Amino acid sequence: MKTIPCGSARLRALRRHIGALLVTGALCCIGVVSPAAMAANASAAKAISTQQVEIRNFAFVPATLTVPAGTRVVWTNRDEEPHVITSAGAQFASSKGMDTSDSYAVTFSRPGTYAYYCSIHPMMVGTVIVQ
Amino acid sequence: MQDNHDNEAGSRRQFLKCMAWAGAGTLWLMKGGVLHAQPFGDGTPTPSAADASFSFAQISDSHIGFHKEPNMDVVGTLRVSVARINAQAARPDFLLHTGDLTHLSKPEEFDTLAGVMQESRTHKVFYVPGEHDVIGDNGAEFFRRFGERQHAGGWYSFDHRGVHFVGLINVLNLKAGGLGSLGAEQLAWLKKDLAGRSAETPLVVFAHMPLWPLYPPWGWGTDDSAEAMSYLRRFGSVSVLNGHIHQIQQKVEGTITFHTARSTAYPQPAPGVGPGPGPMKGVTAGTLHRYLGIRDVRHVQGRQALAVTEEVLP
Repeated sequence: MKTIPCGSARLRALRRHIGALLVTGALCCIGVVSPAAMAANASAAKAISTQQVEIRNFAFVPATLTVPAGTRVVWTNRDEEPHVITSAGAQFASSKGMDTSDSYAVTFSRPGTYAYYCSIHPMMVGTVIVQ
Repeated sequence: MQDNHDNEAGSRRQFLKCMAWAGAGTLWLMKGGVLHAQPFGDGTPTPSAADASFSFAQISDSHIGFHKEPNMDVVGTLRVSVARINAQAARPDFLLHTGDLTHLSKPEEFDTLAGVMQESRTHKVFYVPGEHDVIGDNGAEFFRRFGERQHAGGWYSFDHRGVHFVGLINVLNLKAGGLGSLGAEQLAWLKKDLAGRSAETPLVVFAHMPLWPLYPPWGWGTDDSAEAMSYLRRFGSVSVLNGHIHQIQQKVEGTITFHTARSTAYPQPAPGVGPGPGPMKGVTAGTLHRYLGIRDVRHVQGRQALAVTEEVLP
């Protein structure tokens, strides 16, 4: 089963990376690079828009999330129980077993309605609507 | 024991002592189609055990890999359970583990579980997987290590001293919005497996999730259990055992009696009590033993009806 390696550690690394880019951009601006370069960096940072879904008490909060295309959706498990994010129609890769505090992220690039559930607690259902 | 608790609450040694005292599981006594459940005692045969034709022990939900409140030592509590089974004067014929051996289906968790179970003097253990044992690989690792290999789907049956046992899998291919699932293929097999048997054959059917709609809002049930029950109903004595909900619940439906088992790891709340079915965190080490259990069954031949008694651990 293919999974997208987007755990919380990776997210932190990504944030560090973006931060480094911004700093680099700022330093460049002080130097000789035109403001256009900074604008490009700014738009790159903006492209990674993130929305959070919490897993709490065997439920997704919010259960329905509406986002623009290109949004990265991050699920974080706040339960003591593990959960597995699974697309109801195999439209995106399943997470691994998410233990407490683990996160999983999927970037939704195409508009559509993405129903998902927890494959080991199937009464837990949620929807991501991508516009 | 109470005195010890008061003086040394929280100490691991005392905690395990209390676990041992409580007997972290259930001993089943089969008596002529009459199924009796009782906690493990101090090894002395009880009068009720003396006339049993055989016994087996059930443990469940050991959740190896869980390390949070209220139980930081699930290996220790499982080990105590096995020790209590070993201490029985009349050795159970086999053990039954009704699933959630592990917390996250990790190979090292399966390794640990297998290691502790090897401490059992009763060598034969029958397993069915819980949903925690099939994460990421649909149970491939579980079945490779613990499967009976009778059928590709993992389900199986066997006969033991006049009683027919059936192990069912209801934690795979779960559908969004649903509960546990047996599936058409397994149901067809079950129908065929039971078809030629006399209605007088005592049946013991076991699976991880409840095979009755115990509390669907928390996922405590199996979508297609009613069809399975329709095949069991003609039999005079049917006992259905499961784990999953970490507490004792019972239900009698005609000749079918349903029992859920306690966990060797941690308790879960009563149906609908609180926001969800997670571990009960307010349980202290001194009181945890009251919530854990092993089950032991002894069978006595010669009676017509099946009755079941369940004793809650003190």
